[in-house]
Amino acid sequence: MKIDTLNQGVNRRDFLAASGKTALGAAMVVGAGTLLVPSQGWGMELKSLKPETMATMIQMARDIYPHDRVADKYYAKAMRAHDDAGAGDADKLAMLEDGVAELNARAGKAAEEKGYASGGYLDLGWEADRVAILRDIEDSGFFQAMRGSLVVGLYNQKAIWPLFGYEGASAQLGGYIERGFDDIDWV
Amino acid sequence: MAAPYDLNDDSVVVIIGSGAGGGTLGNELAQKGIDTVILEAGARHEAEDFINDEWDSFGQLAWLDKRTTSGDWRVAKDFSGLPAWIVKAVGGSTTHWAGASLRFQEHEWRAKTHYGDVEGANLLDWPITAEDMAPYYAKAEDKMGVTNTHGIPPLPGNNNFKVMEAGAKKLGYKRVHTGNMAINSQDRDGRTHCQQSGFCFQGCKFSAKWSTLYTEIPKGEETGKLEVRAKSHVLQIQHGDDGKVTGVLYADADGNQHVQKARIVAVAGNSIESPRLLLNSETSMFKDGLANSSGMVGKNYMRHMTASVYASFDKPVNFYRGTTMAGIIQDESIHDPSRGFVGGYEMETLALGVPFMAAFLNPGGWGREFAAAMDAYDHMAGMWIVGEDMPQETNAITLSDEKDQYGLAAPNVHFSDHANDVAMRNHAWKQGMAVYDAVGATHTHPTPPYPSTHNLGTNRMSVDAKDGVVNKWGQTHDIANLFISDGSQFTTGAAENPTLTIVSLAIRQADYIAEQMTQKNI
Repeated sequence: MKIDTLNQGVNRRDFLAASGKTALGAAMVVGAGTLLVPSQGWGMELKSLKPETMATMIQMARDIYPHDRVADKYYAKAMRAHDDAGAGDADKLAMLEDGVAELNARAGKAAEEKGYASGGYLDLGWEADRVAILRDIEDSGFFQAMRGSLVVGLYNQKAIWPLFGYEGASAQLGGYIERGFDDIDWV
Repeated sequence: MAAPYDLNDDSVVVIIGSGAGGGTLGNELAQKGIDTVILEAGARHEAEDFINDEWDSFGQLAWLDKRTTSGDWRVAKDFSGLPAWIVKAVGGSTTHWAGASLRFQEHEWRAKTHYGDVEGANLLDWPITAEDMAPYYAKAEDKMGVTNTHGIPPLPGNNNFKVMEAGAKKLGYKRVHTGNMAINSQDRDGRTHCQQSGFCFQGCKFSAKWSTLYTEIPKGEETGKLEVRAKSHVLQIQHGDDGKVTGVLYADADGNQHVQKARIVAVAGNSIESPRLLLNSETSMFKDGLANSSGMVGKNYMRHMTASVYASFDKPVNFYRGTTMAGIIQDESIHDPSRGFVGGYEMETLALGVPFMAAFLNPGGWGREFAAAMDAYDHMAGMWIVGEDMPQETNAITLSDEKDQYGLAAPNVHFSDHANDVAMRNHAWKQGMAVYDAVGATHTHPTPPYPSTHNLGTNRMSVDAKDGVVNKWGQTHDIANLFISDGSQFTTGAAENPTLTIVSLAIRQADYIAEQMTQKNI
């Protein structure tokens, strides 16, 4: 019996071209003013940003602070404030749309150089390729606005604190005096 | 006459600020029967109002008025509008402080004598000695209930301390203990003992940590001789034709302006606001600001040499549980120039919650390296490093071109490290990492300074009126009835957390003010 090897007939270029979209890029469904991710059970209505722009920002947020155990919806929640702000601030909206357009242009160029199928940031399947783009723009106002908003917008979400092992407020439980303030025995 | 006092009552002592200096001075004067009004810019939040949530508490307590920054310190880049993490509320930064209460060492009162001429440093000896201060330190420790003094037992060590202690002992450090903390280890002075809640920085909801908010201030109020007027933001200190101060102009909660007359004014607004107020009070008689004949108001700004080390382990630590500053290594606090710098530093445990760890671990940092460090959060131990920094005339609080909410010049905080500060920090990072490596750290994170919590030196004490702003009693050289009662009096910073010394100086200053009033000198 003849067994095909996995990569039989697949040259390097085809393999790279097949590297595909990011997980979010593959899962999302875009409608008029809405971004839906049915497989993850969440979606958002948008006031100002294009849904594709928001999706790209969510991916960018994950690439800035990549916590593999934190679901996309928490990054989306952190990005919502930008959409809210964009609704009343044309300059802010333009900064975000332009920033994402620039990101997509750079992604397209990277895809071309590497021989991937052409596309935008969400079509760049390898994190390392996306991070290389972010490193190039990290001093830009757009990047800093994104990163700065995440420091509070992501890490101040109580819902993700358990993933880091942080228990939050303790006074209502009487502090930790009876709950393990000195419980380690490995030192 | 008992509190509250009339605006036109010119017999009162007016104190600006209700923290370690102002709150203590207010109570001490009231206990002596002296009529005292404390004007506090912030609101009054009682202990039960404090919030066990880092950002929400920051919004409740932090001083967030307009400030600008300059200089080559990283804070100016990472937190350009937030040079300092201090408090605008009744109790001042004693609501937020960690509680570490260490006496200065003998040599630190005489830095110039012991360190010699350090190029670029504006060193002076204090006009007071360790011997002068000993009885006041003893009174302050008793007042504050400092552990390991006056027979007060130590606090128990938490997980974060256990890790640091084990590493310190492996390195051969000897002076390792759970600290001299103004946190009750047993019920004392009508307050309960530490419940190990882990939110010292957010205001202790159990009142176990000493704060003027629920000790000095209510005690002073009970005498009927102290009025604390919250949400009263002093804009200007006024003076008469004789050059003596006569009262202060302040804005109330609604922005309405009032003048409170005064016999004596004591400024205790922390080392950024106190010099700003003197500078903003300039008149045709005092063109460079009040009490500034030396030109030293705002100069010699010190913030302590600070840094942190966080370390990740293969086993959990849960360092956020329990006292935030739960222990100390003191071996490096000595003056030993063979290390390549003058002065010394203390290593003190520190823990942050996830929100503040994200903000402070590596400001501006991002990517998988940063995320991986955060992913190890509950496997982390951490310490803060605090050491003596060099006074430099060029490090200064000046008036910014930007205005605050009252239209007054905001303060600009300019700071650049001295070479001695850099050498000390590098040594401290290395030793801090070694402590954790000794107990099997899988990764260590040397962490840059946070916005300043210890702001010092901008109205410094000096023997000679040309070298500083106040004499050895905190009385300004230029104006006999104008005093400075906060950490801005500090001639040099020493290695120790400053609150105990601020409180001790306030107790001592109260004795002097009472004596001078009795003698009708002021």
